[in-house]
Amino acid sequence: MTLTHLQRIEAESIHIMREVVAEAENPVMLYSIGKDSAAMLHVAKKAFYPGPPPFPLLHVDTTWKFKDMYALREKAAADAGMKLIVHKNSDAEAQGINPFDHGSLHTDMWKTEGLKQALDLHGFDAAFGGARRDEEKSRAKERVFSFRTASHRWEPKNQRPELWNLYNARKTKGESIRVFPMSNWTELDIWQYIHLENIEIVPLYFAASRPTLERDGLLLMVDDERFRFAEGEKPEMRSIRFRTLGCYPLTGAVESNATTLPEVIQEMLLTTTSERQGRAIDHDAAASMEKKKQEGYF
Amino acid sequence: MTGAETVYETDALIGQDIEAYLEQHRHKTMLRFITCGSVDDGKSTLIGRLLYDSKMIFKDQLASLEADSRKMGTQGENIDFALLVDGLAAEREQGITIDVAYRFFATEERKFIVADTPGHEQYTRNMVTGASTADLAVILVDARQGILTQTRRHSYLVHLLGIRHIVLAVNKMDLVDYDQAVFDQIVTDYEAFATEIGIKDFTPIPISGLAGDNIASKSDATKWYTGTTLIQHLETVEVDANTAGEKPFRMPVQWVNRPNLDFRGFSGLISSGKIRTGDNVRIVPSGRNTTIKSIVTQDGTLSEAVAGQSVTLTFNDEIDCSRGDVVALAESPPASADRFEATLVWMSEHPMVPRRGYWLKIGTQTVSASVQPPKYQIGINTLEHLAAKTLDLNAIGVCTFSTDNPITFEPYASSKTLGGFVLIDKMSNNTVAAGMINFSLRRAHNIHWQAADVDREAHASLKDQQPKVLWFTGLSGSGKSTIANEVEKRLHAMGKHTFLLDGDNVRHGLNKDLGFTDTDRIENIRRIGEVAKLMTDAGLIVLTAFISPFRSERQMVREMMPDDEFVEIHIDTPLDVAEARDVKGLYKKAREGTLKNFTGIDSPYEAPEDPQIRIDTTTLPADEAAEKIISVIFDN
Repeated sequence: MTLTHLQRIEAESIHIMREVVAEAENPVMLYSIGKDSAAMLHVAKKAFYPGPPPFPLLHVDTTWKFKDMYALREKAAADAGMKLIVHKNSDAEAQGINPFDHGSLHTDMWKTEGLKQALDLHGFDAAFGGARRDEEKSRAKERVFSFRTASHRWEPKNQRPELWNLYNARKTKGESIRVFPMSNWTELDIWQYIHLENIEIVPLYFAASRPTLERDGLLLMVDDERFRFAEGEKPEMRSIRFRTLGCYPLTGAVESNATTLPEVIQEMLLTTTSERQGRAIDHDAAASMEKKKQEGYF
Repeated sequence: MTGAETVYETDALIGQDIEAYLEQHRHKTMLRFITCGSVDDGKSTLIGRLLYDSKMIFKDQLASLEADSRKMGTQGENIDFALLVDGLAAEREQGITIDVAYRFFATEERKFIVADTPGHEQYTRNMVTGASTADLAVILVDARQGILTQTRRHSYLVHLLGIRHIVLAVNKMDLVDYDQAVFDQIVTDYEAFATEIGIKDFTPIPISGLAGDNIASKSDATKWYTGTTLIQHLETVEVDANTAGEKPFRMPVQWVNRPNLDFRGFSGLISSGKIRTGDNVRIVPSGRNTTIKSIVTQDGTLSEAVAGQSVTLTFNDEIDCSRGDVVALAESPPASADRFEATLVWMSEHPMVPRRGYWLKIGTQTVSASVQPPKYQIGINTLEHLAAKTLDLNAIGVCTFSTDNPITFEPYASSKTLGGFVLIDKMSNNTVAAGMINFSLRRAHNIHWQAADVDREAHASLKDQQPKVLWFTGLSGSGKSTIANEVEKRLHAMGKHTFLLDGDNVRHGLNKDLGFTDTDRIENIRRIGEVAKLMTDAGLIVLTAFISPFRSERQMVREMMPDDEFVEIHIDTPLDVAEARDVKGLYKKAREGTLKNFTGIDSPYEAPEDPQIRIDTTTLPADEAAEKIISVIFDN
């Protein structure tokens, strides 16, 4: 019996999750409601079956996600039998930080700071994230167990060697680990897995006629009444879908007619731009992701 | 460009029949490999080529790559693939990759994970890390340069890490006019070296990463070459995970799954072999046998599972099993031991501190380990054995080490999971070394433990005493037997269950085949230690009265016992006093030369540096000495 590559990477991810549960004191799974989170959560259910995964889900909410995402969030946690923790940065809330007025400060306050607050508040010492090595150049070198200082900084020069499938989870008080069990999956693997395992994902990944607006080279969707229009701007119905999901005013859609998973995968394979291009955050300097990571962005 | 367009026909399938494509992708296998070489050998260019040819570079990445190439590249107006695979900003500026980067690409047959590591000597640890998970290594050689020192180093390292498939990729063939003679000479040179270090087999391929020759399609420029292309070879080579299925079953237990009172399962990744419902398994090290009740997964219970799968097992018997234990095929379980020889690769800027305790993690077991000074260091360029007192960053050496608890192991050559370990600094918690077990040093531990229902605690509790070994050491005629005898009489009077081992009851029976050479003396003590250990397992207080002249053997016996059960008692009588007593006339014979290897005369006595009890017989008579020993033991 020869295992397929999907069977092997699934087994590897399960192994990583069990190591964390065996060695960490207070683990949590970061759940962003996107397709990578959906696949990761599905693997977690398998890892600890017949029990539920022995840790909570944490969603660091920016209050600006798509409505469809909030709907799936509650359902996914309930289906898995897991506790869902939703954290909103109260400073950002008080200051009214939003994607229209504050640009990259929005991501920094809600997401980066919000995540640090939540981890500190609950004393989580290990946090699973769905990041993959194939996403972006600086992630190709990311460890599976990524150590963060007490102030959540990532020190690229101070990461531990990872040999075989031996993970050193020991840490000094205050330090925490971000664990990426899906490191060796590719975007195609994630899609194929969702397809084969029939995993529920946010409907926004499938094409439908939605109110849109073209701005700064991004095709934005008008998801609620908070959307701010510039003079002369008017929503237009287009058949669109999303390759990646974040805060709706910052997430670019693609025009598409793909309404089934195989069609989505087909488009993904035939397309010639990488996944992260739909996110406004990466359009800065080439090394921007590395810089954000050092600051504590996931 | 000879090959770029001709390759992956899957592209067409994606457009025409996505369902068929997905079905194909679903059945792909996976190969992990490492590329070894420096930027000069065209390593990054080769990887860039593989990604580019398999459409793993998207248009936006390509645009940024083209811009970067013009700004920082070394290929003029052409794409500099090296920039594509360099990651961190600092590294890009220095023009070297200083870490391990993992890249992904796929063909119709397989998905590939490439570990891309720098080739310089100062990055040995990175290469070792990348090689640890690889099934295959591509060793890049510049056709113009031939076999270099670094080629040897890279080959040694991948062989050390147990990679069985080696590709000798002779690159830049375009720069030597695709000359067969150049290629053949390099292959001949390499073969000689490979044989020398134990590489049994390798696959030489003439390529050009820049021009694409023999990467994805056969090159017209090398018609003399009849072998496969690099991609064909990568697609068809046998993956270790598959051969692991043929070895005896092993599963290190990661986690006990107890969601409720009705379910108790043991979760882990099967490291070798296969398992079926009803199979006999043994839990190592406890030695208990049971049978498999079910193989539980969310996708339903399985009738069979194989190496590489993560499963949860349930047993037909309620037996102890926890994280760190290994579930193994009952007929051929792995051994447990606590002293080993291993090859270490030091990975920390802080050099190794011999005899310091480090955490050692192997499989799912974590123990405290103490490493002896290296037997030798290996010069990784010359492969010479060099004398060394410690190991610095990137140094490789052969050392012995002992662990505070036995670990279940197999030699690295048989099992990467049960033979490969990391050492962790107890203060900083950093991973400081990687190690590969060569063999264990104690034959005795290769005998599998026979688990008994009445265990050592049960024996001791019935006797209402704590087992101990009172180890008397001292010169011949120092008074060991006399004092030990006095101590035993007192213990007996106190209702303790004791046994005295001395020359009379051991040398004439158990050890009558042993003489008095150093080797025989060591074996003599080792056997006595083992017997004493068995007796403590039986709950007894054991007194031993032997010269036991060497520190290392007394230490060996100490390490066999739980910490508080071994009491070293030095009967400290000066040589002249003992010789003057000469109760058995042995000193006289030794002085006359008729008795060889006599301790104190022509064989050394290494006095204990820090015994729990020291008795000076020149001031303390035997009965008072016995009282002192009793009071020390029972006051503690």
